[in-house]
Amino acid sequence: MIILAETEVKDKLDEILSHHSANRDELIPILQEVQEALGYLPQEAMQKVARFLHLPESAVFGVSTFYAQFKFFPTGKKKVRLCRGTACHVRGAPHILEEVEKRLGIKPGETTDDLEYSLETIACFGSCALAPVMVVDDNVYGRMTPKKVAQILGDKKRD
Amino acid sequence: MNFTQIKNRAIAEWEAQRKSDKPHILVGSATCGRAAGAGPVLEAIKATLAQHNLEATITQVGCIGLCYAEPLVDIVKPGRPRISYGNVTPEIIPQLIEDYLIHDNPRADLALGTLGEGDIEGIPKLFELPMLKPQVRIALRNCGIIDPENINQYIANGGYSGLERALSLSPEAVIEEIKKSGLRGRGGAGFPTGLKWEFCRKSPGTIKYIICNADEGDPGAFMDRSLLEGDPHAVLEGMLIGAYAIGATEGYIYVRAEYPLAIQRLKLALQQMAEYGLLGDNILGSNLSLHLKIKEGAGAFVCGEETAMMASIEGKRGMPRSRPPFPAQSGLWGKPTNINNVETWANVSAIMQRGADWYSSYGSEKSKGTKTFALAGKINRTGLIEVPMGISLEKIVYDIGGGIPGGKRFKAVQTGGPSGGCLPASQLNLPVDYESLTAAGSIMGSGGMVVMDEDTCIVDVARYFLSFTQAESCGKCVPCRLGTKQMLDMLENICRGQGKPEDIDLLLELSQRVKAGSLCALGGTAPNPVLTTIRYFREEYEAHIKEKRCPALACTELISYYILPDKCQGCGICLRDCPAEAIAGGKRMVHVIDQDKCIKCGTCLDVCPERFGAVVKVSGEEIEVPKEPVPVAAAKPNTQA
Repeated sequence: MIILAETEVKDKLDEILSHHSANRDELIPILQEVQEALGYLPQEAMQKVARFLHLPESAVFGVSTFYAQFKFFPTGKKKVRLCRGTACHVRGAPHILEEVEKRLGIKPGETTDDLEYSLETIACFGSCALAPVMVVDDNVYGRMTPKKVAQILGDKKRD
Repeated sequence: MNFTQIKNRAIAEWEAQRKSDKPHILVGSATCGRAAGAGPVLEAIKATLAQHNLEATITQVGCIGLCYAEPLVDIVKPGRPRISYGNVTPEIIPQLIEDYLIHDNPRADLALGTLGEGDIEGIPKLFELPMLKPQVRIALRNCGIIDPENINQYIANGGYSGLERALSLSPEAVIEEIKKSGLRGRGGAGFPTGLKWEFCRKSPGTIKYIICNADEGDPGAFMDRSLLEGDPHAVLEGMLIGAYAIGATEGYIYVRAEYPLAIQRLKLALQQMAEYGLLGDNILGSNLSLHLKIKEGAGAFVCGEETAMMASIEGKRGMPRSRPPFPAQSGLWGKPTNINNVETWANVSAIMQRGADWYSSYGSEKSKGTKTFALAGKINRTGLIEVPMGISLEKIVYDIGGGIPGGKRFKAVQTGGPSGGCLPASQLNLPVDYESLTAAGSIMGSGGMVVMDEDTCIVDVARYFLSFTQAESCGKCVPCRLGTKQMLDMLENICRGQGKPEDIDLLLELSQRVKAGSLCALGGTAPNPVLTTIRYFREEYEAHIKEKRCPALACTELISYYILPDKCQGCGICLRDCPAEAIAGGKRMVHVIDQDKCIKCGTCLDVCPERFGAVVKVSGEEIEVPKEPVPVAAAKPNTQA
């Protein structure tokens, strides 16, 4: 997670909004950029986006909660994402998830207390031929085994 | 520069590379190649070339579809056919480059096959391999062959000549050509593409939109990703042709955010098109103008549905609405809109390049042309394939896919993702076309094909798909929102051994209600996995409900692990590795699992040395074993072992 001072959040938001027009169809791209910059969508940011697009705050909140991509709490520095696609499921993804949960001590949708790791499951990465698949930040790991989890995530605490 | 000049220059560049006196090394760098380790392989190639002071052109190409053999590296030596090497590791690279480039030993032992003219002793032709021979590559014609980031390579291989031809015809004649080809929508439903275009063309209005649906959300499907990563211009040329035929001036490509490489390559492709006058106003000097924008999805499966996708582009919650009005009449911002899937667009450009008659010579009577499939699951040769419509499932699973690994028995093949169904061995002779798959209770879908073996529990698969559709239901229609939840609860109970005898009939009844009462295809097809598994595998449901037994030994709560006293040597490995501390034992003592403590993780079975084979997994039966650890010699032979 990037912890930013209030002024920094404001500066980043201004920067993002400066290259968007105030049309409704810009809403999702703006929210995506805000999340990319801040790691999640703080309430104040959503309020500011609503004012910018002349939309009720409820509309912005409604859209952002509809899509699985958007997060409303700070996430960890490293994002661990596990595929729960059909091919991964059939090839043992549930065991990989168990191992990751055990290593990180968190469930999907959660972040470790030290804000190092976040864990998510994703519908399908489309790398089904290499199932099961795990993605850490932008690195895609194919043909996963519980042993490889240990190699990739290291010996993180087991609590 | 006009298009003829652009084309001549592109062809000259392509020929120059083919005739170059420098070797050419191509690395498969689609997402799947990268996941398999193409990055370190590429680094090793560069390092080895530098070390030997060798000069070579290096190109990163898309996916040729042999995903099981990733990472793939191809080497072309001047005047020789291209050789494909599979399962390449960074460790092999120095030796391979030294052997072939310096000592002229093509390393037939590492090669998969050759591409292009000429033979190399000991290496078969790549397209004669069992996986590739039955395939016909139309949509995937350039994937893995050309550099997807170089528009010139696409043009040199016939690219944008389809657009050139379309622009020489009237829009109506282009629609006729597409109708004549017999092309049907490749996103799943199979609606005739030419007809869809005609509706939109005839809709009154000056502003019209076209959309490329690249929101490939079916778990188990990656055809569109591979196509966009491997040959984005094939899709974009199709969109230009469609825009001309329909009269659209604005367009969107709606791509999943989970496909960053596809998005990156699309952005680059759009930039290159603009530089060549293939995008924007008066394309190639004609009256066609088209502006294209990329919209990234935000993680909602339902946005693959046309009306939900349009809502999402407009910046709203992606919820479907009732039809009519159809998008062709009132779509994006109320204007006539035409949506086609990635693969459909790639077929359009091929049809205009080579003609409707050529295209319709492939396929079956009602399903013309080819279909791409993402072959995955319990199959030897996983990958991306393109086959003529009408080919049998058996040919796909056994000839192309090479059958089931580990000598296991084929159980089912799942087509159409969460909207499709599981087809058993008795349906393997089924021809793959829209009508036959629908009649068998499944659907063509977008092209996911997941193979399951005897270790896959069919009830668990139905539960898995329902958990997916239930979570992705947008919540607008009550039967979909609540019906799928009820169905999921029942399936979870059955997998836990808490199913009731009446559950099967109730599931069938609920399935009909959910299908009938949902606005869009998500709810309309969500029960398909349940219906087909009950239709073809009813006895597995009954075993779970009546005997509390999982025949595939997969449902955790219905299985038990036992240590056979006549086989256990008291080595203590299982005791040491058991994460639940559920195993009691001692040196030279028969170990015993405490069934109350056991979490059924299967670690003991995995770690028990093969030569002992003392741990067994059973379902629906109890095995008689000692209650406490006993000395190894004292254990009596087990009667049930």
